[in-house]
Amino acid sequence: MSQAPLLSVENLAFERDDCGLFSGVNFSVAGGDLLQIEGANGSGKTTLLRLLTGSLQPSAGDIFYLGQSLSKCRYGYLSDMLYIGHQPAVKLNLSAEENLRWMVASSAQSNSLSVKDALTQVGLAGYTDMPCYALSAGQHRRVALARLLISEARLWYLDEPFTSIDKQGVIFLQSCLQQHVAKGGAVILSTHQDLALTGLRKYKLLSSVESLT
Amino acid sequence: MASQASRKMDSGFAAWLRRDLLLAYRRSGEVASPVIFFIMVSTLIPLGLTPEAAQLEKVAAGMIWVMALLATLLSMDGLFTSDYQDGSLEQMLITPQLLPLPLLGKIAAHWLTTGLPLTLVSPLLGLMMSLPSVGYLPLVCSLALGTACLSLVGAVGAALTVSLRKGGLLLSLLVMPLYMPVIIFGTATVSYAVDGLNWLPPLAILGAMFAASVALCPLAAAGALRVTASN
Repeated sequence: MSQAPLLSVENLAFERDDCGLFSGVNFSVAGGDLLQIEGANGSGKTTLLRLLTGSLQPSAGDIFYLGQSLSKCRYGYLSDMLYIGHQPAVKLNLSAEENLRWMVASSAQSNSLSVKDALTQVGLAGYTDMPCYALSAGQHRRVALARLLISEARLWYLDEPFTSIDKQGVIFLQSCLQQHVAKGGAVILSTHQDLALTGLRKYKLLSSVESLT
Repeated sequence: MASQASRKMDSGFAAWLRRDLLLAYRRSGEVASPVIFFIMVSTLIPLGLTPEAAQLEKVAAGMIWVMALLATLLSMDGLFTSDYQDGSLEQMLITPQLLPLPLLGKIAAHWLTTGLPLTLVSPLLGLMMSLPSVGYLPLVCSLALGTACLSLVGAVGAALTVSLRKGGLLLSLLVMPLYMPVIIFGTATVSYAVDGLNWLPPLAILGAMFAASVALCPLAAAGALRVTASN
């Protein structure tokens, strides 16, 4: 293990309005790792993922990408990262295909898989030209998840990716994650579901308010 | 590596511009409301004030400019709101591209869907307001440059107020002082032309304002979004 891990988090803390949300978060993720962040509602899972994306600043601690602090390798890190948040960022007035095309164009590295093929793989064939307001919540999420198929980023951050997806979708997504990990990528996800994934590690997020009592 | 990086930055601008134009096309009714507001008010002024050409032409330039400004302000509030709510703003914040470039794409789309239509219908309104014929070209030129300034400056205000539930009023208060120089030199361009003076100097000042806003406003809006959208 001479190589620096893909991502490591040291002593990360976050407070909002002078009220500590969590502190002392330490973990590291190497290529091939699957990390599930667990915690009660309001324990800061989404906040932690957003800290990892760099859209929030931690109040203490640091995040390292390949051994370098994030502030020093922002471009490289963001190009190697894919984040799908709570909101799927799907525009209701655009069709599934237009949505995906825009998401792919505005994000980092992508492979040669076409937008149409990706949508077919996530089970949206035949829905690609419909405006997204005509699709269900689960289908919106599938549109967002189709980005996973096109992305070349090694680090995937998924916030509650299984929300409102049906059983086949869950199986498909799990196989998708497994493939990504097999290719040397890493996944950090937050979910309350029990996942049947091999090599899944768990990180329990304790709210600092809770740990004091 | 450098060429690869620059290619990605370009696509950030183009991708957001294309997306916002497409969105505007899909919601054309909503997007057309500033222009409809602009036309409606301009139709009412001759009815409410006076239909006499001699009196109308004195206020024509100022009135058209005031309404163009208000119409732009009306549309400014929604620039980031829906993106903030559905999570696409967050996606924009974490793209590796320099944030001002996708923002400039959004602002350009905003101008193409509000400022440009306002500019294009302004000669028609000039006709209704009995603007002397020498004033048409200066009116169109000043509105084209001026509304672009309004979109750029307004984007900073919209970025600052995006996370507030009802940021509309605050947005108006924030950007109003910055809109004042634009309207002063905008109306000056038209009234100089009507008075037979050289109207290029005030237009050149508008051009300078536009150049400064293009350079600074996307940076300021990016900074503001980093602060506000993280809440």
